Amino acid sequence: MSKQINVALIGNPNTGKTSVFNALTGLNQKVGNYPGITVEKKEGVCKLPRGVKAHIIDLPGTYSLNASSLDENVVIELLLNKNDKDFPDIAVVVSDVENLKRNLLLFTQIKDLEIPTLLVINMADRMSYKGISLDIDYLEEHLQTKIALISTRKNQGIDNLKNLIANFKELSITPCLNASEIDQEYFDNLRKAFPNQLIYKLWLVITQDVNFGKTDRKEIDAVANFKTKSKGDLKRLQQKETIKRYQFINNVLKKGQTIDTSQAKDLRTKFDRILTHKVWGYVIFFFILLTIFQAIYDWSSVPMDFIDSIFASLSEWAKNMLPSGAFTNLLAEGIIPGLGGIVIFIPQIAFLFLFIAVLEESGYMSRVVFLMDRVMRRFGLSGKSVVPLISGTACAIPAIMATRNIESWKERLITILVTPFTTCSARLPVYLIIISLVIPEERFFGLSYQALTLMLLYLIGFGTAVVSAYILNKVLKIKSKTFFVVEMPNYKLPMFKNVALTVIEKTKSFVFGAGKIILAISIIIWVLGSIGINSNYNNAKVIVNQKISENGFNKIQSFSLQNKQERYKSSLIEDYNNITEAQISDSIVFKTPLFRKAVINDEIASLKLENSVLGYIGKAVEPAIKPLGYDWKIGIAIVSSFAAREVFISTLSTIYSVGSEIEDDGNKTIRAKMQSERHQLTNKAVFTFASGISLLLFYAFAMQCMSTLAIVKKETNSWKWPVLQLVIMTTFAYIVALIAFQFLK
Amino acid sequence: MQNTLAHLKRGEKGIITDVSSIHIPLKLLEMGCLPGNSVQLVQLAPFQDPMYLNINGTHLAIRKETASHILIEKIGHE
Repeated sequence: MSKQINVALIGNPNTGKTSVFNALTGLNQKVGNYPGITVEKKEGVCKLPRGVKAHIIDLPGTYSLNASSLDENVVIELLLNKNDKDFPDIAVVVSDVENLKRNLLLFTQIKDLEIPTLLVINMADRMSYKGISLDIDYLEEHLQTKIALISTRKNQGIDNLKNLIANFKELSITPCLNASEIDQEYFDNLRKAFPNQLIYKLWLVITQDVNFGKTDRKEIDAVANFKTKSKGDLKRLQQKETIKRYQFINNVLKKGQTIDTSQAKDLRTKFDRILTHKVWGYVIFFFILLTIFQAIYDWSSVPMDFIDSIFASLSEWAKNMLPSGAFTNLLAEGIIPGLGGIVIFIPQIAFLFLFIAVLEESGYMSRVVFLMDRVMRRFGLSGKSVVPLISGTACAIPAIMATRNIESWKERLITILVTPFTTCSARLPVYLIIISLVIPEERFFGLSYQALTLMLLYLIGFGTAVVSAYILNKVLKIKSKTFFVVEMPNYKLPMFKNVALTVIEKTKSFVFGAGKIILAISIIIWVLGSIGINSNYNNAKVIVNQKISENGFNKIQSFSLQNKQERYKSSLIEDYNNITEAQISDSIVFKTPLFRKAVINDEIASLKLENSVLGYIGKAVEPAIKPLGYDWKIGIAIVSSFAAREVFISTLSTIYSVGSEIEDDGNKTIRAKMQSERHQLTNKAVFTFASGISLLLFYAFAMQCMSTLAIVKKETNSWKWPVLQLVIMTTFAYIVALIAFQFLK
Repeated sequence: MQNTLAHLKRGEKGIITDVSSIHIPLKLLEMGCLPGNSVQLVQLAPFQDPMYLNINGTHLAIRKETASHILIEKIGHE
């Protein structure tokens, strides 16, 4: 028999509940989802004294047991269901020392459920600083609990907390107050009807069913029939309950807590004066955004180039060192470039999550919500939409989940619908590579054109989101109350451990999630490219050799040969300082047969690709995308991008690996491959300014992410919205890209 | 005419006397917005909306529209 106990961490948002969780579990934690819903489930393991092991769940933050969102409902569902395998042996209520009064509301509710409950008061290191002193003995006596004073920041009191958890059996399960006094008659009737049930549990089920519909709680299902009160009456009773609880808490704190305000130092006021200032507030916010973009574009380019070259040489190595055959080809041409296309993302995603985590942890994000609410409301959004729109620059999926705290359904729906327009990190690799191909490297007053283009693309994404929100606000006929309540937490220095764990966790889940799709698609693309659909595929070598021996090189082939010679020449000049003209031309003559062979091999490979299943698919979509300036190879990449945008680059690199043999100069990174790509018939470069801009715009607007569509379906509970999103966004993208290309070409 | 929270000026304090329950979300009450509690206007966002309040030690922001359903009695300035 294992001595594992279930511990549930419960508390208000912004109390440092997650810090307590991190302090208890360290790296022994995993993040998953509650079955069937997209609420994040964090659990971990902690070793307690005397060999006891604790299974710890970090429940979503909530102000009370009266749920108003899916996240909060998770807490109640767990606490009401004794048969759940995670049902807690002990509930640990985490509160912070400055907001004890408000935190105790939730505490008294949980006590009513007769679960052993421990009260943790976090941020105890701030007590003297805020002039707060507590009479712990008095509080323990009147709240009928044990109290652990801790500071996760200073790492104090954690051992004592572990001890108290291990001794959970000593905790009292007596409620703090008698909530049923709010309507004695009603509760007496309830007690008579269900003598075996806990009265407070019944009350919660009744009030929750009002908000959330019936859930599967067989034992007390009959309660649903016990609705002698109207919805309005129930709400009034809930209010009475809240007032009653506060009366009790105020009485306890009157003696148990003294606050000497003359001792309190107030940093909040000083910071707020600047950060929520009507001018400086916006200026600072703008500069923070600018820094984030600078980090994504500039600071992450070094590790990205490094990763890029590692995967290129890894692919070379596999080709040269492993015995040749189908498996080696799959590895070198399908899997390795495919994986490279996702790993290269890591620096940028890590940077984005880092900034978002720091902004959230420090308390600054709430100030942004406050500053932006009025502006956003004009577009039918809420100040709280700013958080999803900013997180959307990392990934639309967590962003759409972050809309849950928007109280008004209409504002929330609009936010969900427009968030995919913001430039998510999956678009970045596509943007970065195309920008580097078609936008000149020059600078304009010290700002690079390339960085400006990227900034512009972000602005276009954000602008489109806001404008479509405005239109949706006018078009959608939804009536809903617009409540808006946002807590303004104290400013805090973000804790390194919390930020680091968030960044690692989010990056990991993103890379593995997207990695699976990318790997699968890379393999499919490679396989499709290796299956011929007619005899031309198998006879490609004979056909090409025959044609060339009859007619010699055609214009394009000669040009490609010349190109190879030129490139070899410039690499010679670069590598050897004092090389003479004669030596150069000798080496070129010596190498020319090899170059000729490479040109012929290219020709064979491209004939093969054209006559493969993949080529067939590409050719089939070519008529539709030709007016946008793309060829059939880009067509394949776009088709596969509908699974996930980031597949674009890895698909192209897989296609080009399939389509061209190794060249002598060894320069095989994706960018070089794309640069040398030419239209088959006209021999014009594929990636020009016009086609590049057209591609950028297409990727800016098109809805190409199955995971986002899936999450929209889950969050809106209907197929209507994701389907509308897919059709409208993609049509819009096509039209804009078409206009751009026809205008610029 | 009775004062509501929406009438507070920056820095002004008041005591909540009544809340119009149909228009106020329960969550706001749970955060301490109850009759008898003190309230101070900390900051106004541009265009005077939303309002950044200190209710009984809890700092939160609500829209002016919601604030107009909370009755108060002004108790001066700090």
